[in-house]
Amino acid sequence: MFTLKKLLTASAVSASLVIGLSAVVQAQSLGIPINESQLQDFDLIAQPDGSGYPQGSGTAMQGKAIFERRCVACHGMTGEGTSANTRLVGGDMQSEERPIRTVGSYWPHASTLFDYVQRAMPADAPKSLTSDEVYQVIAYVLNLNGIIEDSLILNKETLMQVEMPNKDGFIDSSQAL
Amino acid sequence: MSKQELEKVAANGLINRRHLLGLGLAGMGTVASTSLLGADAGLNLEIPGWSKAPGANASGYGSRSRFTDDMQRMAGNPNPLYPGGGSSRSPLHQLHGSITPNSLHFERHHAGIPDIDPAQHKLVIHGLVRQPLVFSYEDLLRYPMVSKIYFLECSGNSGSLFGPNPADGSAQSLHGLVSGAEWTGIPLSTLLDEAGVYPEARWINAVGADAASMGRSIPLNRAMDDVMLALFQNGEPVRPGQGYPMRLFVPGCEGNISVKWLTQIKLTREPTHFRDETSKYTDTRLDRKSQQFTFPMGTKSVITAPSGQMKLERQGIYQVTGIAWSGRGSIRRVEVSADGGRTWADAMIDSHQSEKALARFRIPWQWSGGDAVLQSRATDSQGNVQPTRTSLVTEKGNISTYHFHGIQSWAVNTAGDVANVYA
Ligand code: HEC
Repeated sequence: MFTLKKLLTASAVSASLVIGLSAVVQAQSLGIPINESQLQDFDLIAQPDGSGYPQGSGTAMQGKAIFERRCVACHGMTGEGTSANTRLVGGDMQSEERPIRTVGSYWPHASTLFDYVQRAMPADAPKSLTSDEVYQVIAYVLNLNGIIEDSLILNKETLMQVEMPNKDGFIDSSQAL
Repeated sequence: MSKQELEKVAANGLINRRHLLGLGLAGMGTVASTSLLGADAGLNLEIPGWSKAPGANASGYGSRSRFTDDMQRMAGNPNPLYPGGGSSRSPLHQLHGSITPNSLHFERHHAGIPDIDPAQHKLVIHGLVRQPLVFSYEDLLRYPMVSKIYFLECSGNSGSLFGPNPADGSAQSLHGLVSGAEWTGIPLSTLLDEAGVYPEARWINAVGADAASMGRSIPLNRAMDDVMLALFQNGEPVRPGQGYPMRLFVPGCEGNISVKWLTQIKLTREPTHFRDETSKYTDTRLDRKSQQFTFPMGTKSVITAPSGQMKLERQGIYQVTGIAWSGRGSIRRVEVSADGGRTWADAMIDSHQSEKALARFRIPWQWSGGDAVLQSRATDSQGNVQPTRTSLVTEKGNISTYHFHGIQSWAVNTAGDVANVYA
């Protein structure tokens, strides 16, 4: 960025010089090259195809303790929630009444659970869980929803294979005008 | 001109919009009727006190008149179980024109407003690109920029109108998650081109630097279109609540994808399916299938005055006014009804409306003390017409409450009370 002093000089010279300068800037590339390896601690994106998961693993049995220590204040003892927004279990997309939509009933991909808990939870101390703890606590949330066994060791590979009940429930409307 | 000569253009008191153009009704309000009464002999004007003493000095940073302090956003109370989560709504009923002052622009945060030092902030572009790059704030300020006026609307704005019963609310509480501003920034395509996007890349994944690390996936074709990296809002650096030092700005689309505090753009083949594009900001239809990535905001308008919870104190002429917008083009026409949609009259809008920006509309209306239901209906440059609430809710159901853009009805009763109704 120009300092004020430089700006004053530039405007004192002539308007055409300023125009000439901006044309030069246009052709400039100011991004600084970086390697993907330098972004390992920065990039938290975890996708359904298995990309972006860290090493680590855990079971629902291990996750129960973390959940009870770090999550229940807002999500309830068994994930029943303290508000509509914080309910983590139950619901049925085919129910007669208005369906209750939760991780269990609504979410199409298990990867989203890893991605979201790692980036945003617990809401009072986001990004304070280790990778193992994230695997453990999401294993517990999936187990509370009856989606995985409590002994399943959740890791990069097994998480990719978890099938969510509503996996076919979504339509990509991104190209709709 | 007398009241009798005003040209009625639709039932229940709507008057031709050309009477707004200084044809004897310049003052509007109730002036037209009271001016017929002649001068009030008791009203002797004197020089006021502030004309007799020097006023305040110029200041480094301006503030508004203390007499307008009641103009406030409506923000929820802090919730310890949702730290930093919530929204604040623009006082639509008190605003005029089509630009929202930055201090009153609506906000929606999922984990509070971070206090970012621009010297420490980084924007990274990586993934399926020839050369991953990191940009500093200072360097970004040297890029060629564009300035555009756009609306921004939260996907959940007006969501309560999906409910079975009309809420007792104001234009602010019901519809205040929309605002308009001039945004200045760098076309995102400039930065993506610098990194060199590989042909197999189909999506950008944008992530903010807030505590929620808000993430959204956006198709590359849209990202290369009119999307910008916004650095300035109405001429000043984007405020912290709007993403300081930088945010994505995706014109016409649900506000959440204009990721604030932008720090990462990763190019990928597939979208990430972030929580806020699966669990939230998706639209479950009546057949229980859910639409994902429903970005453009619908063709919409709302009368901001007279509006819910106001009271008309006297019979006479009022200026019905409001805002209209469309995520798919510019506003071409706004009609207003005073009889619940049976008859309509064209409201005045400026002829050159910008794409994806708020349009201000106005029409004079004579309230004769009877029941009335005021509605407005927008048409955009693509020919999209704002639907009635009933047809929207019949089509979409109300499992999801995003993207409400149906017609708002404000009922005026004989006492002059204005209320939200379903009509
Ligand atoms: C201080 C309160 C709080 C704590 C502690 C907390 N959460 Fe949350 N959680 C929330 C809130 C609030 C939301 C909704 C956020 C939003 O809508 O932006 C949420 C959302 C979620 C969601 C998404 C729910 C949905 O259906 O979209 C998941 C999953 C989740 N939390 C998991 C956890 C886990 C696991 C823990 C413990 C490690 C945890 N949370 C701790 C408050 C909390």
